[in-house]
Amino acid sequence: MNDLMERLQRDFGVDDITVRKPALTTFRVKKDSAETLIRELRDREGYTHLNFMTCIDYIEDGIFTLVYMLHNYDKKLSLGVHVDISRENEDMVSIHTLWAQAWTYQRELREMYGINFPGSPRLEEDFCLEGWDDIPPMRREFDTKEFSEQRFGHREGRHSEEPRDHMKVELYPNRGGDEK
Amino acid sequence: MKNSLNTDDTLENSGLTEEEQLLFSNARPRAYEPYPIKAVEDFANWARANSLWILAFGTGCGAIELRPLMTARFDANRFGVAGRPTPRQSSVFIIGGYASVKTLKRIIRSYEQMQGPKFVICLGICPINGGMYFDSYNTINQFDQYIPVDLYATGCMPRPEALVASIMALQKKIKAGECDGANRYVENFDWYKANQKKVIKNWDMPDYNW
Amino acid sequence: MIFDSMNEWLSKAGYFSLTLLIVTIYGLFVGALIERIIAKVQGRIGIPYSQPFINILKNFFKRTAISHGIMFYLGPVFRIAGGIGTLAFIPVIYGNEMFSNFSTAGDLFLVIYFMFFGQLGMALGAGESGHPYSAIGIARGLSQMTAYEVPFALAVISIVIQYDTLSLTEIVAAQQGGWQNWTVITNWVATLAAMLALLGMTGYSPFDIFLAPQEIPIGPPTEFHSAYLSLLQTNRALFGATKLILFMNLFFGGATGWGELMIKTFLIYMVAIIVGVAFPRFRVDQAIRFFFKIPTLIGVMSIIYAQMLLTA
Repeated sequence: MNDLMERLQRDFGVDDITVRKPALTTFRVKKDSAETLIRELRDREGYTHLNFMTCIDYIEDGIFTLVYMLHNYDKKLSLGVHVDISRENEDMVSIHTLWAQAWTYQRELREMYGINFPGSPRLEEDFCLEGWDDIPPMRREFDTKEFSEQRFGHREGRHSEEPRDHMKVELYPNRGGDEK
Repeated sequence: MKNSLNTDDTLENSGLTEEEQLLFSNARPRAYEPYPIKAVEDFANWARANSLWILAFGTGCGAIELRPLMTARFDANRFGVAGRPTPRQSSVFIIGGYASVKTLKRIIRSYEQMQGPKFVICLGICPINGGMYFDSYNTINQFDQYIPVDLYATGCMPRPEALVASIMALQKKIKAGECDGANRYVENFDWYKANQKKVIKNWDMPDYNW
Repeated sequence: MIFDSMNEWLSKAGYFSLTLLIVTIYGLFVGALIERIIAKVQGRIGIPYSQPFINILKNFFKRTAISHGIMFYLGPVFRIAGGIGTLAFIPVIYGNEMFSNFSTAGDLFLVIYFMFFGQLGMALGAGESGHPYSAIGIARGLSQMTAYEVPFALAVISIVIQYDTLSLTEIVAAQQGGWQNWTVITNWVATLAAMLALLGMTGYSPFDIFLAPQEIPIGPPTEFHSAYLSLLQTNRALFGATKLILFMNLFFGGATGWGELMIKTFLIYMVAIIVGVAFPRFRVDQAIRFFFKIPTLIGVMSIIYAQMLLTA
């Protein structure tokens, strides 16, 4: 594992190498060299399986972090490849040529985050949301509660309580919910 | 059935292309009066109540509660309940919990294809006010805005016992002649359609699925 | 079938209506009984005895019905015409003028024709509904029917050779005088072939692929609903009971009273049920191959056997 990491550091300049579990290591790579690196891992190093790919929205830093989770069946090791892309210029190289199932992931990411993968097949088709007409719902600037209230409406009479405060009142009714 | 001679009585079917418009009926549904003789209507209601065929369409997490109904433990066959895989022949639609917008479209299609009188039971809290999905971008909050509901069985999730109890309550309601959801749907057709089209943005089916 | 007077014809028709009513009710009742027996095996209580009747009433009392065209209307009508027609030419109770129906010389041919007739009418009606599952169900049902008709027809030919008659009444008459005269004893080869064909006719597993309750929802009648469906359900009970009565007449010595009829038909039905609960389902190509192999072979053998009986 260490040999591999050293070589990746030398050839691709990966950083932020973290051993999360004995069988799982993650690292970060530049957007430009990501596709080459993943191809290298698949063809040379035996990481032949794409477990999943997903996205995390770091709105404070202005980036999306794409995570490609690869698995090596011979060594029983997993690698998490993190790629940062800018929230303003959310384009990423498509990896559907490496794994066909990446189409579906990319369609979903396109729908939920608005990330574009040029060249990925059937990218524009609806995946889960049919006829969505707002900003992609998993972006954190999207206010899901407000959207729900506007679109679906709330029935009168619904109220919710903070579980912590509610249980205080339940357990110590005489002291007005104050345990001291 | 097709009273399309009267031009005021047709639907626009604007969601369809010109080619498709020729394939689908554009007639408006109409309400049906009960039988004029009360004894006949009561007898019909008794038959309807004792032969509830459930549409086998699992629309949410609650669909899993429907499966045990047919097992030896609950045996809903005793009450005349049977599963029916086609909406044409079924009379009860059980909404199993949350309904996402994508599913709602299919629910509407299936509901309209069922032959009246038809009954709807909503399982769980989600169809009432959204439940734990109250702030979801993708699930509706008030089911009765889109389809007339006859009975709610609330909880998260109600167990099969509750479902059996609600089926028995539905039978009582049907026997009393209070379940006229199909007629309510037709009488307030425009209101229901407006609500449905408010949430379903890619309306590419006929306005009423005959 | 030449009647002396109008009155005789009318009384015949009246008696036939009575037979029709009894057989239909009996068919529905047996259906419920079988359901309850299966439920007991599974540790359940099962449907009430009245359930099939309530289902028919419920469907009849539906307020709306959608039509897909003329043939869609006529499909269930053809089907029930096939059922009634089959019953009309079968002597239900032997030696009883009231319940021998319109049985006459050569009625066996007519009965076999009528059994086919309903299915074809249904195929046309379901085809017009335009539902793809209907079309799949019809394709499967008709091909399976073609397959099981072969051993059945061979068995019938064997019996015709054996008794040298095409009249059902005479066939039943030849079997009177004790169980040792029944076809099942005298020509057991033909009976075996026909009983295997019966498995396909009743549509229980292993030959229920055309109904396929799980995959293609309930097969040909997918689109039929409301009053159409109540007609089909009535016919299902009537036609099922009629087939059993035909088998009883051909192979099990007929019946001289309603009690004997009910016991015999119920036991014949149980053969199909027991095979049904014990065996998994055949694909349609497997079903066809099955019928064209062993039962057809047995059917051919039964003709040879009948010929040997005559010459012996």
